[in-house]
Amino acid sequence: MENNFKEIETASQGNLPFPGQVHDLPGGGILISSFNDIINWARSNSLWPLTFATSCCGIEMMSVASSKYDFSRFGFEVARATPRQADVIIIAGTIVNKMAPVLKRLYDQMADPKYVIAMGACAISGGPFFYNTYSVVKGADHVIPVDVYIPGCPPRPEALLHALITLQQKIKSGLTREQIRTEKPQS
Amino acid sequence: MTNEEIKQHIIAVQPNGVFDETGEWLQVYVEGGEWKPFAQWLRNDVLQMDFLFCLTCIDWSATATGKALFTMVYHFTSTVFRHTIVVKVKLDRNNPEIETVSDCWRTAEFHEREVFDLFGVKFLHHPDLRRLVLTDDFEGYPLRKDFEDPVNMIKL
Repeated sequence: MENNFKEIETASQGNLPFPGQVHDLPGGGILISSFNDIINWARSNSLWPLTFATSCCGIEMMSVASSKYDFSRFGFEVARATPRQADVIIIAGTIVNKMAPVLKRLYDQMADPKYVIAMGACAISGGPFFYNTYSVVKGADHVIPVDVYIPGCPPRPEALLHALITLQQKIKSGLTREQIRTEKPQS
Repeated sequence: MTNEEIKQHIIAVQPNGVFDETGEWLQVYVEGGEWKPFAQWLRNDVLQMDFLFCLTCIDWSATATGKALFTMVYHFTSTVFRHTIVVKVKLDRNNPEIETVSDCWRTAEFHEREVFDLFGVKFLHHPDLRRLVLTDDFEGYPLRKDFEDPVNMIKL
């Protein structure tokens, strides 16, 4: 029996096809998949980011949202101004000690499942503010768990798109954060 | 007004003022005790310095020639005459106190709170001298040269 699921690939999936088998039959077809895979597939293609930016990376994030790069092509349809409607928070900028409890609160207010992308050197490690500062958190992962890190100061828009697609693949794999951390790199 | 004209006006009211004309703008050093009436004169009299566009503080560490001190720096401009001057006031580093000018220039209210927060300069008769940027439980004054924070600060 032939399956033709290659034909329903979307741009965001890259080489990851629809998670299941499509069996064409006369007058219709049968689709075989697991429910979890379908849910992860749907989730990964509709991730709405939170409007959250604390420094210059935010300008770059806005650029990715606008027409030239346009992350809504990949399902990051529209940035939401409230954490209750957002699925992913892109930490675009420096997190200072005074901002840290606010970031934690926003993360807590987001509905599960929720994902975090640390964009740029400041969000990863404090970046240029690592040394000789009294006010900067040395990495947003001291405050909330991070799924994808993007290096750069600020990162290129392409790098953010790559990180967003990486997050989608991570969601599609169906593994938890802990499972991914302990996973051995494939040779 | 040219710098020289401004200088003549200031000498008339501040005979003890020390001038520094090395920069683009005229700089004048004023004693802390004479600062408040001088500020009011700047604001309301011939010079019409109605815009305080920068208020900050400098921490000078002790050198061979002098002891450690703070310098308050005020940049004024006049939207009437389009002239600018810089006024500096030296403060005792161990007990930094100066009269507020927030009643002359409203913008000084927040700027003085910032300097109070980061340098620990006390502004006398300020209407609302609270912290501006740091957290309520912050200890020390981070922009002082001798500030140490072994918990949050990683030294290079």
